[in-house]
Amino acid sequence: MKTRILAAIAATGLALGAPAQAQAPKISNDTIKIGFITDGSSVYADIDGPAGAEAIRMAIADAGGQINGKKIELLYADHQNKPDVASARAREWFDQQGVDMLIGGTNSAAALAMAKIATEKKKPYIVIGAGSSRLTNEDCSPYIVHYAYDTVALARGTGSAVVAQGGKSWYFLTADYAFGHSLEADTSTVVKANGGQVLGAIRAPLASSDFSSFLLQAQSSKAQVLGLANAGGDFINSVKAANEFGLTKTMKLAGLLVFINDIHTLGLQATQGLYLTDGWYWDQNADSRAWAAKFEQKVKRKPSSLQAADYSAASLFLNAVKATGTDDGDEVMKWFKSNKVNDMFAKGGTIRADGRMVYDMYLFQVKTPAESKAPWDYYKVAQTLPGDKVYTTPAESKCSLMKKS
Amino acid sequence: MTDIFGIPIQALLGQLLLGLVNGSFYAVLSLGLAVIFGLLNVINFAHGALYMVGAFAAWMGLTYFGINYWVMLVVAPMVVGLIGIVIEKTMLRWLYRLDHVYGLLLTFGLTLLLEGLFRSFFGVSGKSYPVPDLMRGATNLGFMVLPNYRAWVVVASLVVCLATWFVIERTKLGAYLRAGTENPRLVEAFGINVPLMVTLTYGFGVALAGFAGVLAAPILQVSPLMGTNLIITVFAVVVIGGMGSILGAILTGLGLGVVEGLTKVFYPEASSTVVFVLMVLVLLTRPAGLFGKTK
Repeated sequence: MKTRILAAIAATGLALGAPAQAQAPKISNDTIKIGFITDGSSVYADIDGPAGAEAIRMAIADAGGQINGKKIELLYADHQNKPDVASARAREWFDQQGVDMLIGGTNSAAALAMAKIATEKKKPYIVIGAGSSRLTNEDCSPYIVHYAYDTVALARGTGSAVVAQGGKSWYFLTADYAFGHSLEADTSTVVKANGGQVLGAIRAPLASSDFSSFLLQAQSSKAQVLGLANAGGDFINSVKAANEFGLTKTMKLAGLLVFINDIHTLGLQATQGLYLTDGWYWDQNADSRAWAAKFEQKVKRKPSSLQAADYSAASLFLNAVKATGTDDGDEVMKWFKSNKVNDMFAKGGTIRADGRMVYDMYLFQVKTPAESKAPWDYYKVAQTLPGDKVYTTPAESKCSLMKKS
Repeated sequence: MTDIFGIPIQALLGQLLLGLVNGSFYAVLSLGLAVIFGLLNVINFAHGALYMVGAFAAWMGLTYFGINYWVMLVVAPMVVGLIGIVIEKTMLRWLYRLDHVYGLLLTFGLTLLLEGLFRSFFGVSGKSYPVPDLMRGATNLGFMVLPNYRAWVVVASLVVCLATWFVIERTKLGAYLRAGTENPRLVEAFGINVPLMVTLTYGFGVALAGFAGVLAAPILQVSPLMGTNLIITVFAVVVIGGMGSILGAILTGLGLGVVEGLTKVFYPEASSTVVFVLMVLVLLTRPAGLFGKTK
């Protein structure tokens, strides 16, 4: 009896709900809401963080603050590098705040957690700062776009370039957690495929206070290249110690995840000659310079590639809403996958079925203090890395969406 | 060449020396904690934050006022000491009669506050501080190339630690201090200003943290998070050495630096946990710590 009543209630509910859904408003809640969740206060806050939110605000302002009379809003939250905080916030925003699209910042664990929620709620989720290539492989989803870079591209860019320049034997200094391990593994594959060899690796705990001991061990391996499979503060402290102990005289350093903020902090004296892979540099062309100048007026420093990508991703979403006239997740995703990204961040970028935004990346080399003419004048382009080669190719993809196509 | 467990003995010597360098930081920091706990019974959680403030004071002195490292090595601890005195005078002193937990909570809150402030001003990636000119370069010791600055860190820390130990354990002033904590009323009856002494002790304890901060500035990135990374280990050092034991803090600090250094060679993955494993073992066998006395 009880179950029958429940079934009846459910049926009426469905009957009432169905017509409402059929004529759903084109813009839900009469506002277009973008959510941005990233590390706002911890180790990765400088490369993305509050300045990334500022970049998204710039995108909203450039779109005129509204589309067809519907206001555009930004919600911003700090996930403190905690996946549970990130996913709880994403769920709350989708369920209660009516967020239409999520931009997710640094930290792969948090990004993977939020990806599950976005997929469940059928809302577009553009991943910017997180690097794990799982997002477009094992864990790919029709609602996720991986926008700025991934660990595969970093490994192929820096790894193959350094081997090509004669760095045949490698030793890794790896951050001892998922991200470091996958970066080390991806790079080792590339090094070996290009005829180099890996002599060994040392796994240093995350946020070690002193790297000198690890570096001395790396030095005694007699390898030509020290691959730094770490990021942020660990990267900075290991480069500092490498200089102090004269390691840079006998070994070449290869930074596997380096942002311009790291170079700015360390200074050119300590980083000159370093190779790194990134998708965007403020001084790469006239468009990027113009945008970086606007950004600098607001934030008082040059943007990182992630902050530029935040702007680009938000603009892309707003263009999609403008073109389709709706903020519906499926419609927006369809538009994403059938249009190209053409702005100051990427030229001719395409979003594949697995969610990978494919565009040309660059191998940069850090300038010497003598070559640098102005503050933030740090990189020169060593090589352009074509997007279809530097990212996981369709043949290599482990994503089920990719196999079908 | 002789090998020990497959590691050449020369490489091992090098690692021992590096362990000693890191141990010097542990020693100076845990000494400050031990002095404060021993004489004030306060668990000073703000120690890491004040170490960070010391490093930033050195950086600010150089960047904004062009004051060099050697001057800041004296000035920065004084600045941090003054901050400590203000904290003690305005906040900490109301908590002496209460449970330890209140002092811990207050200093923990101060830590969050200080770190937040520096984070919003300087960002998280921090600032670089150059090695002072006099200490540039490295010396070849035969078994390793030791940067001169690291050698200076060991010497400076040892001198400061031994001087502190001497003052507290072997001088009249130290005797007053120790007596003042045992029985403040009686000592006051002899005409000694105990509250002032306590204030100065706290100031001195945190000045040691500031001193360690300046020492660390050229080696590590001067960043708002540098204290948090270190302070938990330093607390473990104090617990292993015995809360409040001055000599215990110094010896344990140096010793654990060496143990950690060796772990980095034999099993690097465990190098950040080995100190805590030791802490568990020590607490199980000697709850008062290696050098502590049960009260």
